[in-house]
Amino acid sequence: MALTLVSSQHSEPAGCSASGCGGNESALAHLPPQIRDKVKDHPCYSEEAHHFYARMHVAVAPACNIQCHYCNRKYDCSNESRPGVVSELLTPEQAVKKVLAVAATIPQMSVLGIAGPGDPLANPERTFATFRELSDKAPDIKLCISTNGLSLPEHVDELCRHNIDHVTITINCLDAAIGAEIYPWIFWKNRRIKGRKAAEILIAQQQLGLEMLAARGVLVKVNSVLIPGVNDHHLEEVSRVVKAKGAFLHNVMPLIAEAEHGTFYGVMGQRGPTPEELQRLQDSCAGEMNMMRHCRQCRADAVGMLGEDRGDEFTLEKIDAMEIDYPAAMQRRAEYQAGIEQQRQQLHRRGETVISLDALRPQRHRSRPLLVAVASSGGGIINQHFGHAREFLVYEATALDVRFIGHRKVDLYCSGSDHCNEEESTLQQTIRALNGCEVLLCSRIGFAPWEALEAAGITPNGEHAMESIETAIAAVYQEMAAAGKLAITAPIALQRGA
Amino acid sequence: MAFTIISGCVNCWACEPLCPSHAIYAAIPHFRIHANLCSECDGDYSDPQCASICPVEGVILNGEGVAVNPLGSLTGIAPERMAKVMAEIQAR
Ligand code: SF4
Ligand code: SF4
Repeated sequence: MALTLVSSQHSEPAGCSASGCGGNESALAHLPPQIRDKVKDHPCYSEEAHHFYARMHVAVAPACNIQCHYCNRKYDCSNESRPGVVSELLTPEQAVKKVLAVAATIPQMSVLGIAGPGDPLANPERTFATFRELSDKAPDIKLCISTNGLSLPEHVDELCRHNIDHVTITINCLDAAIGAEIYPWIFWKNRRIKGRKAAEILIAQQQLGLEMLAARGVLVKVNSVLIPGVNDHHLEEVSRVVKAKGAFLHNVMPLIAEAEHGTFYGVMGQRGPTPEELQRLQDSCAGEMNMMRHCRQCRADAVGMLGEDRGDEFTLEKIDAMEIDYPAAMQRRAEYQAGIEQQRQQLHRRGETVISLDALRPQRHRSRPLLVAVASSGGGIINQHFGHAREFLVYEATALDVRFIGHRKVDLYCSGSDHCNEEESTLQQTIRALNGCEVLLCSRIGFAPWEALEAAGITPNGEHAMESIETAIAAVYQEMAAAGKLAITAPIALQRGA
Repeated sequence: MAFTIISGCVNCWACEPLCPSHAIYAAIPHFRIHANLCSECDGDYSDPQCASICPVEGVILNGEGVAVNPLGSLTGIAPERMAKVMAEIQAR
């Protein structure tokens, strides 16, 4: 294969191994070992682990203590798949039952999160009742929460008591003037507070919470919603500051705003960022700190591997009908996850011979970067039919390496109910989402979509089905470079932004 | 006098634990307030707690039957704008 060829013709030790260029876990390479260990198996945090491990969220926290302009608490559309929107509210007892049932059925299960539909810390009794039970009954499962930060400082000690070592804080700004355009009100000390003062309090609480968690050695990830014209120029500073305070990852997510969601931004016509704008911002923050680019905006009650929602298998009735031997299930998880670790070790060993395509092309002219979209249902393999893919992994191949860039999700908006805009077919949406990509790798693809993709300048390719993603991309890149398709003088489809 | 919760409540539970009079309870199709328990928070808080956290406009009425959070007061979306956009969506 391409990789063996590359390394055998390279006179120097090939690849970048620990220096962190191109490897799957490179984003973690600079972290202290104890932090890297914590992150290693977390499918939401490790770029690599999300191929192998599963997480779930339970919806036990309905109440919220702030309002964001991108959220509408009224919304409960069955087609909804925006973050934080869930249909089935669980009591802590039901939630514990569900988690144990899922963990007995899906041995990859390693993380439980509470992220909504409101704010976990605006519902402290429900959130902590769930965590208490689970630490007791399934101590191998990691716990995490995702919060707006307003009530974080007062709950840090209790969080630490439950040994919860992952916390995500959504921080959209540090500047109260910007905050006043994002948060219309907060509930604080028994009053509703509006405007700039509300933003000031929220920002101060978020920063204090972040500092307190970092001081206690708790992993903190920061999420930011990219809102063009509101905080787009500000997020680089956010990235810098939260890193300085000890956050280990910064994840920039696109604003999703549609009028039919009834949110302030949706109704006022505020647009979300284009995939290119999002990528440009992630690139410009990348120099400052690790950006988590594989984040998919999963439903808060999603079950299963990231991007694969198996919630329907675990409705309350079905759970009640299950008989589960919990200790046996925990044992199975331990064995299964040990197997995963072996598999990952092997991948790493192979990965070390990657990937200096330049070595093959000692000529003077260099080749330009190429964006490749991949349909994969997990495992780091090209194993999904184009027609089944709801989201695509996007990689950037250069003469030096193959780097994971992020996800492009197709079905972010409603489809299939009367009040949703169906003018745009899924195929058209997909093509729009893949803007900037020149190659699409999948296991299979139908004739009609093939033609449509080609017409849009995206070359579909099914020849690498069941191959490892990065190996296949390296091979495709090399082939295109050899054919002169990537010459630096050729028109560059996507100029990476500064 | 007592506050009431009317249709439009999204059953988010935010108000229930805040009520100093334990007057709020979960019900179907939406949360309700025991009229004889509600004190309008008098003597406990300067602002009525349920209406200070409720995220939905128009669903909590005060003793006079007036919405404590009228349309537009929480989202910042002017009612005319909302009506126009919703009409556009309907017309699609
Ligand atoms: S006004 Fe006060 S006492 Fe009455 S229901 Fe609301 S929170 Fe309870
Ligand atoms: S806060 Fe408002 S929407 Fe939520 S349960 Fe109470 S009345 Fe209903």
